[in-house]
Amino acid sequence: MEFHFSEENLSKLSGVFSKYPNKKAAVMPVLYIAQEQNGYISNEVISEVSKVCEITEEEVMGVVTFYTMYHQTKPGKYHIQVCTNVSCMLRDGFEIYDAVKEKLGISNHGVTGDGLFSLEEVECMGSCGTAPMIAVNEDFHENLTKELTLQILDNLKQV
Amino acid sequence: MWTKERIVLPLIENLHEIEVYKKNGGYQNAKKAFALHPDEVIDTVKKSGLRGRGGAAFSAGLKWSFMPKSTDKPKYLCINGDESEPGSFKDRQIFEYNPHQLIEGVLIACHAIGANIAYVYIRGEYHKWIKLFQKALDDAYAAGYVGAGMKNTFGTDFKVEIYVHKGAGAYICGEESSLMNSIEGHRGYPRVKPPFPAQKGLWGCPTTINNVETLANVPVIIDKGWEWFSSIGSPKHPGTILYGVSGHVNKPGVYELPSGTLLTDIIYNYAGGVPGDKKIKCVIPGGSSMPPLRGDSLEGIKMDADSLKEAGSSIGTAGIMVMDEDTDLIAVLARITAFYYHESCGQCTPCREGTGWMLKILKRMARGNATKKDLDLLVSVANNIDGNTICALGEAAAWPVKFMVQRFRDEFESKMKDEIEIAVPNKVHSMRDTVNPIASITI
Repeated sequence: MEFHFSEENLSKLSGVFSKYPNKKAAVMPVLYIAQEQNGYISNEVISEVSKVCEITEEEVMGVVTFYTMYHQTKPGKYHIQVCTNVSCMLRDGFEIYDAVKEKLGISNHGVTGDGLFSLEEVECMGSCGTAPMIAVNEDFHENLTKELTLQILDNLKQV
Repeated sequence: MWTKERIVLPLIENLHEIEVYKKNGGYQNAKKAFALHPDEVIDTVKKSGLRGRGGAAFSAGLKWSFMPKSTDKPKYLCINGDESEPGSFKDRQIFEYNPHQLIEGVLIACHAIGANIAYVYIRGEYHKWIKLFQKALDDAYAAGYVGAGMKNTFGTDFKVEIYVHKGAGAYICGEESSLMNSIEGHRGYPRVKPPFPAQKGLWGCPTTINNVETLANVPVIIDKGWEWFSSIGSPKHPGTILYGVSGHVNKPGVYELPSGTLLTDIIYNYAGGVPGDKKIKCVIPGGSSMPPLRGDSLEGIKMDADSLKEAGSSIGTAGIMVMDEDTDLIAVLARITAFYYHESCGQCTPCREGTGWMLKILKRMARGNATKKDLDLLVSVANNIDGNTICALGEAAAWPVKFMVQRFRDEFESKMKDEIEIAVPNKVHSMRDTVNPIASITI
């Protein structure tokens, strides 16, 4: 599927470029803008980003594959990220992770059939003092229990 | 506004709003610092004894003094807010509750080292805190404390631009050279040192990288003077520290306390002790990379860099993880190792491969299919990572393994078998002609 930056995003790009001495340095924020518009980083996105940042497609691909927050496949409408690192693990993070897996019927990096949910087991999100936690897209839900977590998923389904 | 107990997070309502911060003397210390010669500012911070809060606890003033005085290249300041160390969640408190003090600290640091551009690197997952900090930064720009307005506000020709750079989920970008590569738009690979960032940093220009919490201390030092600051807490590591307590405690959270506070005091008095009054089996005092301590050896340990070194660990980011007596340490160590295996950037072979091997062994141990010999194998792999990598992630992965096994050997051994069954024998080895190895290879 072809990809071109929208007019609105093109104007955002010039703001991003002004922060750095060269266009290559802007590749991370540019990828974020592209991902927001397209939903994920497809090969077409990579090709377009390489053009606006004036670097090779390989260099863009190198960046995309290095960082976990760039998705190369389309995530669900609600991307559920469950932390299972030590501080969360000590407060039953794995139970929550297993409950989410069971409820959604998908495993790590899976997407539900209706495209509503995707799941990722993530590394420490900096919520150790409010563990356990999950993140739904950009929003953190902290101090969770298994019941609260399942309730969050139910609420999202009804939206 | 500041007391000897509350420097970075004073108890003032709505301090994150620029008007409130201004009312409490905000941005006056930047003005005060701009009137001083940069060397005087560096000298004050040096004398204050302020040490980096990002893990290495290196003298902040000394770091600044490494920046070349005369250069035809631009100079940069990077602010490390990547905060990805498991058990560490202090910088987000500063972004949320006291962002202007950080911005003021950035201005003073830029003046001291002669930088006109500062990049604040914040981890990508902190969407909310990036927005909160960006809002504070926009307000500071609008009020003329940052950028072109500085000429009017401070009556100086010195100008600083502060930009936020959003990370994208790589733990390694908290390492300073990797952070710079990330800002430059590369994969976040650490660089070989030397050259150090003060010589060749961002785009080959002189650069200083400071932690968020470190810089948030700077306006206070300018305001109250170095004598005041250096009299707080441990003389060799003065000031307050944001201790993040997590795991098996009743009241987890961030506690700002003078350095050198007793570890047991933090756990039992501030964090409310262990649920169910259980005993503590293990404490990691400085984020998951630091050597774990035995629960029965916590008495008298002070939380500052030198005391912890003596106790056989390290202050790190002061992220204290508490594990009660029922904790399965093999499972914890396997999870810690899984983290480093996932986050290894892949540049150095010992780390890339070694973390994977340690994880395989630990998973086998967790399944109960390991012998005591495997413990030695595990430590041997860790020893081969330690010290053999470009950056400190190697040590970060090796230390928890080495020290956990060393300090809890009794517990690990009690779960090992005398003999194990290997489901698939190593066919390659059994087929190999040991007398004439080359000849046995058929294509």
